[in-house]
Amino acid sequence: MGKTIIEKIWDDHAVAEDGGQTILYIDRHLIHEVTTPQAFAGLKQAGRTVRRPEATLGVIDHNIPTIDQDKPIADPLAALQVETLRKNCAAHGIELFQIGDPRNGIVHVVGPEQGLTQPGMTIVCGDSHTATHGAFGALAFGIGSSEVEHVLATQTLLQKKPKTMRVQVEGSLNDSGGAITPKDVILALIGQIGVGGGVGYAIEYAGDVVRGFSVEGRMTLCNMSIEAGARAGLVAPDDKTVAYLKGRPHAPQGEDWEAAVAYWRSLPSDPDAAFDRTVTLEADALAPQVTWGTNPGMVTAVTGKVPDPNQESDPTKRATIENALEYMALSPNTPITSIAIDKVFIGSCTNGRIEDLREAARYAKGNRVASRVTALVVPGSGLIKRQAEAEGLDRIFNEAGFEWREPGCSMCLGMNPDILQPGERCASTSNRNFQGRQGRGGRTHLVSPAMAAAAAIAGHLIDIRGIEPAELD
Amino acid sequence: MEPIAIVKGIAVPLTRPDVDTDAIIPKQFLKSIERTGFGKNLFNDWRFVEGDPSRPNANFVLNQPRYQGAQILIAKGTFGIGSSREHAPWALTDYGFRCIVAAAFGDIFYNNSHKNELLLARIPADAVERLMAEVQEHEGCELTVDLPAQTVTSPAGLSISFDIPEDTKRRLLEGLDDIAITLRHQADIAAFEERRKSTHPWL
Repeated sequence: MGKTIIEKIWDDHAVAEDGGQTILYIDRHLIHEVTTPQAFAGLKQAGRTVRRPEATLGVIDHNIPTIDQDKPIADPLAALQVETLRKNCAAHGIELFQIGDPRNGIVHVVGPEQGLTQPGMTIVCGDSHTATHGAFGALAFGIGSSEVEHVLATQTLLQKKPKTMRVQVEGSLNDSGGAITPKDVILALIGQIGVGGGVGYAIEYAGDVVRGFSVEGRMTLCNMSIEAGARAGLVAPDDKTVAYLKGRPHAPQGEDWEAAVAYWRSLPSDPDAAFDRTVTLEADALAPQVTWGTNPGMVTAVTGKVPDPNQESDPTKRATIENALEYMALSPNTPITSIAIDKVFIGSCTNGRIEDLREAARYAKGNRVASRVTALVVPGSGLIKRQAEAEGLDRIFNEAGFEWREPGCSMCLGMNPDILQPGERCASTSNRNFQGRQGRGGRTHLVSPAMAAAAAIAGHLIDIRGIEPAELD
Repeated sequence: MEPIAIVKGIAVPLTRPDVDTDAIIPKQFLKSIERTGFGKNLFNDWRFVEGDPSRPNANFVLNQPRYQGAQILIAKGTFGIGSSREHAPWALTDYGFRCIVAAAFGDIFYNNSHKNELLLARIPADAVERLMAEVQEHEGCELTVDLPAQTVTSPAGLSISFDIPEDTKRRLLEGLDDIAITLRHQADIAAFEERRKSTHPWL
């Protein structure tokens, strides 16, 4: 019987077996300031060194401010964390993109942009959204700080082989005129299988809809695998993947390029490969998705209503809806489009790439952010910021009343000064609507970039299918 | 790591399902560069009114006098979903928990916990309900989680088997360090790297 792409990559990286676990070789290790200080301290305490500093790259993204990045970080704890990463990288010979270096940005945006993310690789990072890199057909997953230490010391991880799940996205989005995005597809999937539906699995996303997505769109799709419970999610490499990588700074060159591409072409799942579970998502009927509750599985179509807990017979589920509605300050049966918002956040490793910014800009162009709304646009990296500015997107956003910021994770998790105040409601292109995620007491509605931009203009959640977006120059 | 064998103690029922690691330890406490000291902020936004540590929320289960000194947490749904932050198990153990009982756990949280002397016992969802009911009914109810026997037992006579991978169990019982295990395979790793230089020269 044939192998899935997940099994192919796994088998290619199995160094040895030990007590029922595999010692899995790691090709690429990405690190950032928040989840590594304890790992480097542990390494030092045990008298160990970094096995392959050249396979490791550091970025500074989670807690940096998105204004005045040329000035020292005012928060002493954040500054110490960043300084600790600088010292650790210097001490171990690890390359670190500094604040202000245009190559710096959100770790899951930087890896692909630099060509560090390649098909068939194993990639890890102390961050749960590492599955983003799966868009290239890499097995990429988030790890904790102890595992970061493990990879630093050994360039491997002790892992159990995940079960395999194929998510087949059927139908077509051609009739949606671009209104239905990868963000809507992944939110709908999480709504369908639940936040625990993928626990124990690595997912392969397949089907014509997925093939039709750009590489950036596939990154959005894979990014939120963890929100369905799966540590890893990937898309088999194809011509789009190869074209995206060609000429990137760390992509293979010359003869290596030909050899690499030949290898990449061998990775897709064999036709007779068996998955432990297959899930089908029908794309034809999809509307733009909006979360109404306090986890990403609490999601509905923009044409829908806030659910009514009284319609739920299971007492635990009913209590969960009641809790979520209380936190979100929403009444049952409220139409989604009548929910007014205070803030808009466009950015993050989910939706902070150039295509996301272009989509948002089409709905911002020539309009004005509603008077009660504050809207932030945070590019995923310095290079994306530069490209957006070259395309005039910054001017479109500024003229429409959006704040054009410097790159970082920003309000996705609010470790920097970009946070919601208690009670504030946000339409956000990020990945988590957990209680307090964007700021204690803050209320998050997850949406696509176009939906977020349109909500900023309208002052409330709105169905973009009723709006004619502008053309960009 | 210290070996774990049997955890016996007061159990706290956390009825909210699908608790995420953002709730376990909110992001404003992730700026520390230490592994310790997170217990005081465990479940911060639920435990304290307006997140203010001087104002305990009397309604939150951890603040009820009958559950003080608890070592076991029982939770519904999938516990520990979301962010990879190892600060979550650090906060749970720093507070005093030694075991979490739930029907399912987030994958990253699961791995992180077992590297931090926090035992996770996976039991069927209906058994979670029964245990929770007994704990809620009887003040001072102490459960026993027995790793060698892989059981959770209660004073009223419930005895529930839990599932744990054999190798994870062994490492917990023996207090083994993963990195030390892996470093026994240094020669294998070196040989693998050497082999890959010829098969995948671009890496």
